[in-house]
Amino acid sequence: MDFIVDGSYFIAAILFIFGLKRMSSPVTARRGIVWAGVGMVLATIITYFHKDIHHNYVWMSLAILIGGAIAWVTAKRVKMTDMPQMIALYNGMGGGAAAAIAAVILMQEKEISITLQVLAVFGALIGTIALSGSMIAFAKLQGLMWKTYRFPNQQWVNLFVFLVTLIIGFYITFSGTAYGMGILSIFFILALIFGVLMTIPIGGADMPVVISLYNAFTGLAVGFEGYVIGNPAMMIAGIVVGSAGTMLTQLMAKAMNRPITNVLFSNFGDGGDGKIEAATGSMKEIDANDVAVMMAFAEKVIIVPGYGMAVAQAQHKVWEMTKLLQERGVTVKFAIHPVAGRMPGHMNVLLAEAGVPYDIIYDLDEINEEFETTDVTLVIGANDVVNPAARTDTNSPIYGMPILNADASKNTIVIKRGKGTGFTGIENQLFFAEKTNMLYGDGATAVSELITAIKEL
Amino acid sequence: MEGFVALYIFMLAAFTGYEIISKVPVILHTPLMSGSNFVHGIVLVGAMVAMGHAETDMQTLVGFIAVLLAAGNAVGGYVVTERMLEMFKSSGGKK
Repeated sequence: MDFIVDGSYFIAAILFIFGLKRMSSPVTARRGIVWAGVGMVLATIITYFHKDIHHNYVWMSLAILIGGAIAWVTAKRVKMTDMPQMIALYNGMGGGAAAAIAAVILMQEKEISITLQVLAVFGALIGTIALSGSMIAFAKLQGLMWKTYRFPNQQWVNLFVFLVTLIIGFYITFSGTAYGMGILSIFFILALIFGVLMTIPIGGADMPVVISLYNAFTGLAVGFEGYVIGNPAMMIAGIVVGSAGTMLTQLMAKAMNRPITNVLFSNFGDGGDGKIEAATGSMKEIDANDVAVMMAFAEKVIIVPGYGMAVAQAQHKVWEMTKLLQERGVTVKFAIHPVAGRMPGHMNVLLAEAGVPYDIIYDLDEINEEFETTDVTLVIGANDVVNPAARTDTNSPIYGMPILNADASKNTIVIKRGKGTGFTGIENQLFFAEKTNMLYGDGATAVSELITAIKEL
Repeated sequence: MEGFVALYIFMLAAFTGYEIISKVPVILHTPLMSGSNFVHGIVLVGAMVAMGHAETDMQTLVGFIAVLLAAGNAVGGYVVTERMLEMFKSSGGKK
């Protein structure tokens, strides 16, 4: 039986790796997740026959049913725009599970080797941080806590809490089984607090990077606990995710042109020490009918969607409008900034949901030179990703971030809910530019008006 | 030796993860993050083992929580990823 169990874990590990590999291409992506899913089901079922499991079968099954059912229902119900925080939530649960495994092992009186002890404690630490950190990330994206909490000497306080946690961790590691429940509880509580402290000062715009980082954390924790518990499938899957997650985090941070340390340890908006250039000129308002005329008789239109489009659920309307324009012979392209929305690729997912084909969606690098030859650029609910200050104003906190050159096109129309600033709270020079007109309104409503207007032409 | 075998496993797994992610188009970043989130749901297996040899009530309770959370991770991760990738299919677009 042991052989079958181990063999199944081996097959599961292979399925995970191939599944992830297939997920890295749009064509095979769907089969990829199914493969990984088969691996998971196989590994779960075979674990009932694991030699180390002696009892608790009923409770175990009940826990699987309850946890699985809650996750199933919430995951099925959630709107596509809310996906990022759900990933954070489920990731936090995984981190918590890894930490809880470590807790069970550390509570047992059995003497284990120092290597196991070190990895159990270390896995517990990062798993717990991933748990509380992900929960905060979830709360922030879900809008349960909008504020970014900061207090004086925050980073020193964080460092202090971290060091104390680490010292207690060392104590637990090297005291054999002498430590009691009390000290173990303090260790976990401190780790939880550290996860919270580490995440609260980070602004919502950076959340995708943070979620990805915690995803990598959970992966590592799972890998370490896998070693402690002697399970190669967990070791392999955990470390693969840990390393892939780290890579992904770096890619995301790079897309925002901010080193990962910046995201974690500096407060967004504190970048510049001098004064940010004040925007000059005034914003010009435009009527939906005029915009419709401009676009309908243009040769090329580029649409730049942002988080505002996602919030307004306007992607279906946008596609409807695009089809109308295409019927009139207008070339329509979508320009997606790497960090548009709340996650890299988030916009692509939303546009795909609406049915927009791949071949008219372009990345920043592919499309940036085309803005000059574009008649109308329609910016829907995007702000910072088209802010020219990122190119010119060294004092701007987003200076150096690659942006879409929407300001280079012949006309720019910005659909925006109000006159306020974007997520980062920075004034956008583009809105005041000579060639820019503002169409105020909620993304979905504004686009509906445009559709009606185009139809009437 | 046992420890070094583990070290080799860790190293090779790390390279594998690195290789998988390094050539991914931006559009798949979110689904892939979601997918890798699902894959570490394998923690469920460890949670089951931990709960299966729990010795005290306290350990059983913590084990129960571990299994509950892990099952949430695995199922939620799968459904979210599946739903996301579903859309790529319905768009029918292939470059």
